[in-house]
Amino acid sequence: MRGNVRPPPWRNMPVVSRLAGTRSPLLGRRSFLGLGAALTGSFALGATRGNAEPAPSSPPADAPWSQSIGAGVVDRPYGKPADTEAGVIRRNVPWLTAGTESSVSFSPLQDLHGSITPNGLFFERHHAGRPDVDPAQHRLMIHGLVERPLVLSMKDIMRFPSVSRIHFIECPANGGMEWRAAQLNSLQFNHGMISCAEWTGVRLSTLLEEVGIKKEVQWVLVEGADGAHMNRSLPLAKCLDDCLVVYAQNGEALRPEQGYPLRLLVPGWEGNVSIKWLRRIKLGDRPWYSREETSKYTDLMPDGTSRGFTWLIDAKSVITFPCPEKPLDGAGLYEIRGLAWSGNGRVKQVDVSVDGGVNWQSAQLHEPVLTKALTKFTLPWRWDGRPALLESRVIDQTGYVQPTISQLRQQRGSNSVYHNNSIQTWQIKPDGSVFDVQLA
Amino acid sequence: MFNSRERSLLLCLSLLAAAGTAADAAEPGHYGYGVKATPEQLAGWDIDARGDDGVGLPAGQGTVQKGSEVFADQCAACHGTFGEGEGRFPKLAGGMGTLRDDRPEPTVGSYWPFAPTLWDYINRAMPMPAPHTLSADDVYALTAYILNLNDIVPNEFVADRNSLPKVKMPNHDSFTWTDPRPDTMAKPCMSACADPADIKIMSTAEGRNLTPRTTGPLDTMQPK
Repeated sequence: MRGNVRPPPWRNMPVVSRLAGTRSPLLGRRSFLGLGAALTGSFALGATRGNAEPAPSSPPADAPWSQSIGAGVVDRPYGKPADTEAGVIRRNVPWLTAGTESSVSFSPLQDLHGSITPNGLFFERHHAGRPDVDPAQHRLMIHGLVERPLVLSMKDIMRFPSVSRIHFIECPANGGMEWRAAQLNSLQFNHGMISCAEWTGVRLSTLLEEVGIKKEVQWVLVEGADGAHMNRSLPLAKCLDDCLVVYAQNGEALRPEQGYPLRLLVPGWEGNVSIKWLRRIKLGDRPWYSREETSKYTDLMPDGTSRGFTWLIDAKSVITFPCPEKPLDGAGLYEIRGLAWSGNGRVKQVDVSVDGGVNWQSAQLHEPVLTKALTKFTLPWRWDGRPALLESRVIDQTGYVQPTISQLRQQRGSNSVYHNNSIQTWQIKPDGSVFDVQLA
Repeated sequence: MFNSRERSLLLCLSLLAAAGTAADAAEPGHYGYGVKATPEQLAGWDIDARGDDGVGLPAGQGTVQKGSEVFADQCAACHGTFGEGEGRFPKLAGGMGTLRDDRPEPTVGSYWPFAPTLWDYINRAMPMPAPHTLSADDVYALTAYILNLNDIVPNEFVADRNSLPKVKMPNHDSFTWTDPRPDTMAKPCMSACADPADIKIMSTAEGRNLTPRTTGPLDTMQPK
């Protein structure tokens, strides 16, 4: 084969002969890609108007990418999305925090399909920025009230029996800007602090049994290697139940933003306890009452008292289409799409209302319906072009019903910041535009 | 994923495999991976001080006066000279008696339940650009200064491992540490669940101009 050298097949091909006004016999790949992007862009704009204007690369024309040879394998040794998807990114609310180091970014739920979040779009919450940890030097220390305090390398950790599980992580402040009133007209910014992945690692119980748990142990301190030395206290029972120490997400090593090379995963509980860049686990008889579980991540009630150790993510759901970022394009048949989840187990049922909660219809749940994981739901809907108020409401396996924002406020006022799992209302206007509203 | 029998089998298999290769024989019933933590390693990483009783606080001490000097040098750029907070950085002092207000001001003085937590947090996470670089004495001094800014300790207070756990924080008794949820009891009604006349929009995000763009490059919008 090596001796049989032939000129590259594209050498003499009239690649772009049908491009409007272009007669250049040869166009470099770069120029071709540039044109392609421009054409795709105009196609995307044209698409919302139906097939009114013939596009130069739509039928009957044969597109330039159909009359040329594409880039070869390993052109991009690590794959990335199409150039025209460049706007599908994590985004932040610049006015929300003093800087970006102790801040959050939101997953673009409006552009995601299915129940797994791509690794590059998984939401971020850092308390002291994203450290770039050298896995060769990273260690996990397990000590305190144990029989054998241990220091484990990444190699050591990866030798333990491994498990893979699909779970969501949600920041308890997801929706926190909406306690008082509808503020942000966006699915991404109101709900994007949730993501879901398949995680691979070792059971925390395996590691704790390895070091030997002394009988007086009730609590476990978990701590990160970031500048915040982010730390939380967890009850031993939860650690032995379903917590994982993970090194992989969606089949590849953790992304640095998600704690590379090692993080804790506490299924169904508020995201900040799933300590990233995990470096230390200490067993003790009492909780530590760290800053992140006293000053922060506690819920202020209207009577001035505060709730601490409110770890559980209550059941929640949201319609992801239509939404402010993805309006409707004229009356007709649509598929309402959304996501539902519960920190208490599986999603049992999702109901959808198009009249602001007067009448409800059960949506179809899509497999897999897993415990403490995002579950996709859909419901066909023929929109008559009149104003509508779309809502979804989840019921989880415990029978818990997702509340309205009014029901939540009756219990917790509007200053508790965290754990807003209320029903989202999308207002549909006759022109198809969608707005974030709150109902009485 | 595995039942206990399968898990012990797995453990046995792993141990058999380990016995063939590992130089250090594992204790029976253990994988034997990793190394025992040395006292030096523990001394470097075992940094926590427990919030309610101060267990873990190290030797050392710091005065309010010394704290004001360290604070001016290390903290004031973000937190303000008197803990009032610059820009959107956290306010550390004041806000007493505001927790039931429409706009509460939670600060160290008005909100934090435990004083040793303050030492622990400054020690592990501050100053933000160079966390965990201050001496134990400087952290004690800062703790004393911030408590003094909040009128919780007098000017002559000296913070150390004995004095900090005895400081009674004003909001200490306002916390409950067991989760009362579920606290909403919504019912799964399916039809005619409300009078359509009662369905009213109480607030809308339309026209509020708070939403960054969700297409194109990242937004840099700041509050008006």
